[in-house]
Amino acid sequence: MFIYACKRFGVAVLVAITVSLLSFSLIYLSGDPAMALAGESATSEDIENIRRVYGYDQPIMVQYVDWLSRVVQGDFGRSHYLKREVAEVIFERLPTTMLLGACALGFAILLSIPLGVLAAIRPNTIIDRLALTLAVVGQALPSFWFALILIFWLGITWRLLPITGTASWQNFIMPAVALGYYVTPAIMRLTRAGMLEVLSSDYIRTARAKGLKPATVLFKHALRNAIIPVVSLAAVQFGFMLGGSIVIETIFAINGLGFLAWETIQRGDLPTMQAIVLVLACFYIVLTFLADMLNAFLDPRIRVA
Amino acid sequence: MSAPNPTINGTLAGAPVVAQILEPSPGAILRRRIFGHVGLVLGGAFLVLIIAMALLAPFLAPHDPLDQELSRKLIPPIWHDSPKATWEHPLGTDLFGRDYFSRLIYGSQISLLIGFAAMLISGVIGTTLGVLAGYFGGRVDMVVNFIITTRLSMPVVLVALAVVSLIGNSLWIVIWVLGLLIWDRFAVVMRSSTQQMRNLDYVAAAQALGCSTFRIIVTEIMPNILNNLIVVATVEMAHAILLEAALSFLGLGVQPPAPSWGLMIAEGKGFMFFQPWLIGIPGAALFILILSINLLGDGVRDVTAPENQN
Repeated sequence: MFIYACKRFGVAVLVAITVSLLSFSLIYLSGDPAMALAGESATSEDIENIRRVYGYDQPIMVQYVDWLSRVVQGDFGRSHYLKREVAEVIFERLPTTMLLGACALGFAILLSIPLGVLAAIRPNTIIDRLALTLAVVGQALPSFWFALILIFWLGITWRLLPITGTASWQNFIMPAVALGYYVTPAIMRLTRAGMLEVLSSDYIRTARAKGLKPATVLFKHALRNAIIPVVSLAAVQFGFMLGGSIVIETIFAINGLGFLAWETIQRGDLPTMQAIVLVLACFYIVLTFLADMLNAFLDPRIRVA
Repeated sequence: MSAPNPTINGTLAGAPVVAQILEPSPGAILRRRIFGHVGLVLGGAFLVLIIAMALLAPFLAPHDPLDQELSRKLIPPIWHDSPKATWEHPLGTDLFGRDYFSRLIYGSQISLLIGFAAMLISGVIGTTLGVLAGYFGGRVDMVVNFIITTRLSMPVVLVALAVVSLIGNSLWIVIWVLGLLIWDRFAVVMRSSTQQMRNLDYVAAAQALGCSTFRIIVTEIMPNILNNLIVVATVEMAHAILLEAALSFLGLGVQPPAPSWGLMIAEGKGFMFFQPWLIGIPGAALFILILSINLLGDGVRDVTAPENQN
């Protein structure tokens, strides 16, 4: 287990370094960053000045190492636009996005696991068909359109829920649903497949033969084992949702990281853009690492390989 | 089920011959499976309709999709009980008086082109990486796995938006950015499919015959993982179309006045309270297109590998 963890950790660090290199090189996608910063009316002297002040005259590798060593210490530089420390802004916005992601994941799990279990207990019945249809339909709904439909019916027509902002817990219901429904099909299918496999195994038959209550067999014996892969999928999906919240946060005007990302992209605020990409990528890397560790802990076959 | 008389299938001497004659040909079995699969037939039919709509757009569209006529703006669609509704604009007009039906028809061209082209680009990248990793294993596999993990950790929507905003947005830039970003599923699936094929006897036989690696991959392995490739291709095409719509919705995808469905939703957003059909129509079109592509993909999976059904 320890050796496996070390190997996996090494890979995670390497991935993080590669991602940092990629997000650093974002700066050079637009050509000369100093020119972009200076604006159209700048003289060549201004551009030279900016190049010196921000260190753009150094060789790229030097700039990268310099940038990375500051990033590791939690210093993402200053936002040219907001005139504030990038790290400060990000940590101000991050909790909102995390809360939204957690709500969305909670909604997805509450919907998909019972549905998956039901579909597995009664395969090829109406419940099973309904769950599968729901999954197929869910996967085809564009999230931003679904969000607008929710706003139209729940927010405007029936006036049940507030449509923008983060003032109360009710503000999070629609965004969480709009963000979370997209991952429900995947979790539901995996739960269903896992349950079907487990339910046909010998120890379930033994448990039933012992005369245990059906509910005990189902939840204590079957679901516990079927849920293992679902846990790691959920962790990975949480990472995806943090990245995907940009669309939902923009629609619902939720002041989180996604909204910040959209603002910075609109303004061409490079240091903030880099930092957000890197922070979200690192979240994903940590989540997948934890999911792998959990899997290895629960299933010894993984650690040996 | 093949023999009309059950006794023929049984123990009678000479029966196997009869049964063999009555057995449907493999082609007939495949046809029956295809046409017996509701999802596949429905998805395929709708997709064919949408493709026909895109190809025949100049003949089908009653108006120029870019023609503005401000005196006829925001006409509701024909099913609305409004005196303004007219058969000249069956789906109404948008805020600039452009015919919504024509825009919807031309919009299918954009969605299909982006979905198809991005799928091709990502398919080439992902399949190459995946097949190489699955076939050679060892170090190659390690490197490819590393590349896949790195790609997966980059948030797609965010990176796509950032890149498009930095290098400018045109239809082809969007296609390339999406194509270069969404190859991960191709690589993952092709890698595991190739691993399964790699140790089979006929691959070993081809190796023993002295076939080149390239030939083994192309003629022995590729045909046997083709069904998985098609399934992933449909998933990724749908993915690319959804991403383009989201990008255009956020204002960083296809640029106005192009009739992209995502853009139409973005333009109608401000009027959705009084003219909800402005977002309802293009959204429904997007939904039907994605749904039919997904149904087609699920159908291909069920028909080519019935044992793996869900």
